[in-house]
Amino acid sequence: MENTAPLMSLKKVNMYFKKPGSVLKDSNIHVLRDIDLDIYPGEIVALVGESGCGKTTLGKIITGLYRPTKGDIFFNGENVSGLFNKKINSFNQVQFIQQDGYAALNPVRTIYQSLYAPIKTHNKKLKKAEIDKKIDELMNLVGLIPAEQFLIKYPHQLSGGQRQRILMARAISLEPKLIVADEPVSMIDVSLRLSLLNLMKDLNKKLNMSFVYISHDLSTTRYIAESGRVVVMYLGEIIETGKIGDVIANPRHPYTRALIQAVPIPDPDYKANEDLPLKSMELGNIEHRHIGCGFCNRCPYFEDICTQKVNYVHTETSDVLCNNLNKVPTGAVYKTYNK
Amino acid sequence: MVINMNKENIVEFRDVSIAYPLKKFTLQAVTNASLPLKKGMITALVGESGSGKTTLASSLIQCISEPGKVVGGDIVFNDNGNEIFINKLKDKELRKFRWEKVSMVFQAAQSALNPVMKVKDHFIETMNQHGMKKVTMEEKEAKIKKLLNFVKLDVDRVMDSYPHELSGGMKQRVMIAFALLLDPEVIILDEPTTALDVITQYFIFTLLKKINKEMGISMLLMTHDISVVAKFADYVAVMYGGRIMEYGDVHYIFKNRYHPYTRGLIGATPSILGSTKDIEAIEGNPPNLLDLPKGCIFNPRCKYCQKICQEQEPESLSIDNMSKGKCHFYKEI
Repeated sequence: MENTAPLMSLKKVNMYFKKPGSVLKDSNIHVLRDIDLDIYPGEIVALVGESGCGKTTLGKIITGLYRPTKGDIFFNGENVSGLFNKKINSFNQVQFIQQDGYAALNPVRTIYQSLYAPIKTHNKKLKKAEIDKKIDELMNLVGLIPAEQFLIKYPHQLSGGQRQRILMARAISLEPKLIVADEPVSMIDVSLRLSLLNLMKDLNKKLNMSFVYISHDLSTTRYIAESGRVVVMYLGEIIETGKIGDVIANPRHPYTRALIQAVPIPDPDYKANEDLPLKSMELGNIEHRHIGCGFCNRCPYFEDICTQKVNYVHTETSDVLCNNLNKVPTGAVYKTYNK
Repeated sequence: MVINMNKENIVEFRDVSIAYPLKKFTLQAVTNASLPLKKGMITALVGESGSGKTTLASSLIQCISEPGKVVGGDIVFNDNGNEIFINKLKDKELRKFRWEKVSMVFQAAQSALNPVMKVKDHFIETMNQHGMKKVTMEEKEAKIKKLLNFVKLDVDRVMDSYPHELSGGMKQRVMIAFALLLDPEVIILDEPTTALDVITQYFIFTLLKKINKEMGISMLLMTHDISVVAKFADYVAVMYGGRIMEYGDVHYIFKNRYHPYTRGLIGATPSILGSTKDIEAIEGNPPNLLDLPKGCIFNPRCKYCQKICQEQEPESLSIDNMSKGKCHFYKEI
């Protein structure tokens, strides 16, 4: 995959948010720090991290909903970070699937209207019959059959899983190259969750769309991005990236190790679990973080040098942002991994 | 009907039915549910949204949201050998019973705290309401400090904070400390970690486990997350469409998976271990409580469905015999 050119690449992307009530530029909150990320065609990239680590912000930057404060974004080799708003509107190669299907659909429009509008806006020449046919195909693709029965309904008449499928149909209606899905299944019931994940996997294979899957749930992440890459974020920085299987089998960053150990296993035999290798359970404060490694205050392997600087280290399985890799244990977090 | 309470149980739901009478129809949220809570143990109630788990659990403190009410069965609390019929308590007795015997940690800690009250005032108000008006402020504060310390919060900061100044995990821990305030015997946990991320979830559960072990408080945990059940609970009851489908020891349930729905649920849960190929979704949608299928309510989604399943509903579990499972072919599949 590395031989092909990346579909999208982010170079040193930085994002500042204005602090409410402040006029000084210095006090702006630095939410993303020097993000470098390449997304290849047909690839599933999973962004994981705690709430507040900037994963949704990054997702919105990829989609073009936010413009980064600093840094460049390349799409198919073209620099799109400086595009004017007008051009971004027609930049329909990247689509976004929101977390809450109820909030993302207009409550006073039928499903048909919600699906019709984006297709018509971007393909003004299409006739109504052609669009209808297309909508019918889309509904079939996301498994809402018979389509007519759903199209006349309003969002509140559908279940959570069905709404999420509509969002998916709307996202793929413009045939994008890349879809950013922000916690698409976190509000869905367990028994329906899996069929949605399967749908995304299918779309990824059938239509060769790239996916960016944002989640804090490593188990579903592993399921959807089986052969893809995982990007672990902490306080606005990428701290570890690698093939998801490798990272779970051999996490290198102390934070990734804690994150994986905290995931509950659906098997009561795995109950015995030692304490998490963390010094504190509070996420650091993004407003008052020092230069160097943002994980310092929770890291059990912390040294004085960490508050000054930290560099990426390229290991066999992943790229890790850590100074003390030789002190961090290696191997699987769960010893009975091969059970 | 008099049933002598099993000494091991602290709470028994006996054949409880709960309905919401609405203008045009009546919604039966819980149907003939029986469930024991073992003393000093953590019992998990697993089910999807709309399966009636919150309704059933809130009947334990008679806090079912309007206009729902218990239309059949009894909820019995074991008060050192004396049976208290919770659904027959008068308002005044109920006010004493709530929080002193059974307290609850609500799902959205964000909205469970009063936004215009300081954290410590929540505690003081409740203490005053429960006959501690005459206790001096120093003693009250000492008690609050002890509790907040126990849940590992920065006491001095949190006591005088307003809820919006705390993070989600901190608020949830305040709620847990709050639930411990009057030394209850049972705590109901309604999806205590749903909005929190994995690391916070891990800490909250470690804390709850500690409370369970050290203080001997029994817990009823409501969740939809099978992995949390596996990690945390001692007993588990599986709920579907307002009915208890299966009940048993966690190891037993996970090992045998006798009920097709339990099997489906466990099989549909992705894990970070093992192969992802064995994971399989449950087809279909959860039942509409206003339009339940005839016979066994799981039959449209069941892989092992037979003719009898479409005609006759399997017998419900009863408190004397919790090990049978609500399925015609229980243990045969």
